[in-house]
Amino acid sequence: MTTPTPPGPMVKAEQVHKWFGRFEVLKGINLEVAPREVMCIVGPSGSGKSTFLRCINHLERIHSGRLSVDGELVGYRERGDKLYEMRDSEVARQRLDIGMVFQRFNLFPHMTAMQNIVEAPLRAKGESKDVVRERAQKLLERVGLGDRGDSYPSQLSGGQQQRVAIARALCMEPKLMLFDEPTSALDPELVGEVLDVMRQLAEVGMTMIVVTHEMGFAREVGDSLVFMDDGVVVEEGSPRDVLSNPQHNRTKAFLSKVL
Amino acid sequence: MSTSAPTTTKRSEPPEPIKAIPVRHPGRWVAMVAIAVLAAMFVNSVVSNPNWQWGFQLDNAFTPPVLKGVVTTLWLTAASMLIGVALGVALAIMRLSPNPVLSGAAWFYVWVFRGTPVLVQLVIWGNLNSLYRQVSLGVPFGPEWFVFETRDLIPPIAAALLGLGLNEAAYMSEIIRAGILSVDEGQSEASSALGMSRMQTLRRIVLPQAMRVVVPPTGNETISMLKTTSLVAYVPYVELFFQTSAIGSRTFQPFPMLVTASMWYLAMTSVLMVGQYYIERYYARGSVRNLPPTPIQKLRRRFGRGET
Repeated sequence: MTTPTPPGPMVKAEQVHKWFGRFEVLKGINLEVAPREVMCIVGPSGSGKSTFLRCINHLERIHSGRLSVDGELVGYRERGDKLYEMRDSEVARQRLDIGMVFQRFNLFPHMTAMQNIVEAPLRAKGESKDVVRERAQKLLERVGLGDRGDSYPSQLSGGQQQRVAIARALCMEPKLMLFDEPTSALDPELVGEVLDVMRQLAEVGMTMIVVTHEMGFAREVGDSLVFMDDGVVVEEGSPRDVLSNPQHNRTKAFLSKVL
Repeated sequence: MSTSAPTTTKRSEPPEPIKAIPVRHPGRWVAMVAIAVLAAMFVNSVVSNPNWQWGFQLDNAFTPPVLKGVVTTLWLTAASMLIGVALGVALAIMRLSPNPVLSGAAWFYVWVFRGTPVLVQLVIWGNLNSLYRQVSLGVPFGPEWFVFETRDLIPPIAAALLGLGLNEAAYMSEIIRAGILSVDEGQSEASSALGMSRMQTLRRIVLPQAMRVVVPPTGNETISMLKTTSLVAYVPYVELFFQTSAIGSRTFQPFPMLVTASMWYLAMTSVLMVGQYYIERYYARGSVRNLPPTPIQKLRRRFGRGET
């Protein structure tokens, strides 16, 4: 990626709707994420925040509206005034630039930490083995696991597994990172080590969208905070403003429960 | 009150172990005696009844035709399983495909080949020439370019392989499908989120994890296949059971040769079971923290401590 930081937003959602059967999960989401911005999305479970995150890399398909990453529509190609569905291979190519970290880590259990990290750069990007292994080792060191490359996921703690998962996503050198409740499956004393890695990542200017329940992290690290409820964005603003001076009753009710 | 020990016990003295009388198991002793008596009766009959014809069996068990039959049985098992697994993987992937034509075709295949007896299928393959005398290559419903005699195209060996392999594929496809479905959806999600294609995801992420579930029933199928090969005697094709039966009828001693055949099958399945153990152990890596020791490692640990 030698292109200079584009002037447009990294992620732009316009009137995004999605249904699961007859249930409308997303009811017209409008959001913009600037390059290098860290956006935290909070809200009660079932509010559609994870679904929205999964739409950004087309793990879920949107049914109405427009959703683009770095100026490129996700999952569709626009020619003239017509939309064409992308082939699987084209969707896969779009995903190369978008890293994702899951609530339940989803490391590949039959591979060591190192193999987990190098798999996609080798297979999906076709990079050379030496280059990838060196980068993977540096990333392992960066997340504090330089000596655990040969461990299988089952031999690592939850916090260590999630840090490997972050390294795995970073090894693709993405321009956008999506975090889907990255600390929700962790024991309380392991949450900090994962948040530290994410904080470092924010400091070096990675564009991040973080669905989380960690209000402290959102306040300290986030550039913007979005409160979602019932498939809509209820409130959006700087974390400090939203957390200390919420405008809507629904936001107030939610924050009074979690803070 | 006697002088009680201080509540903070010294580290150097281990706490006194519980001394209790263990539970008695009289049932075990009764069962042991009963089984020992039955076993003794069986061994006595095997040794004393001359109809077992052990000498005759030993003379014939290692004759060239029988050994040739053993070799045929082994490679027939291997080749049929190879066809079954390869075709089974393809069918399982087709069955799980979003394309309704592919998934319907796979369903139909399994329906037909699993729903008819393998013996009937073998006989049909062996006698296909009475249904189609000739097979031709050319434009459908149009001119024919090459014409083959079915008898030449499907010799008994091909009939045996087709009958066993195609039948096995139906079973294997269901085993592999179950294996694929057993892998957590988060795995393929993580893989596609990394930009891996559907085929890469299947080959590198899903199938290796499915193997843990697939290997035990596949071992079962292989052992079952080893014995099912005895049915190709009806194609007819010459393998172990065909040879031992032939010796049995030629010498008017059919029963001892049945025992000989059983011994050979038992020996071969025993070897397969050992192989299965090691394959299962290989695919367990990553899913258990420490692999269980192999029997050889266990033996070493028990007897030859100095060696390690």
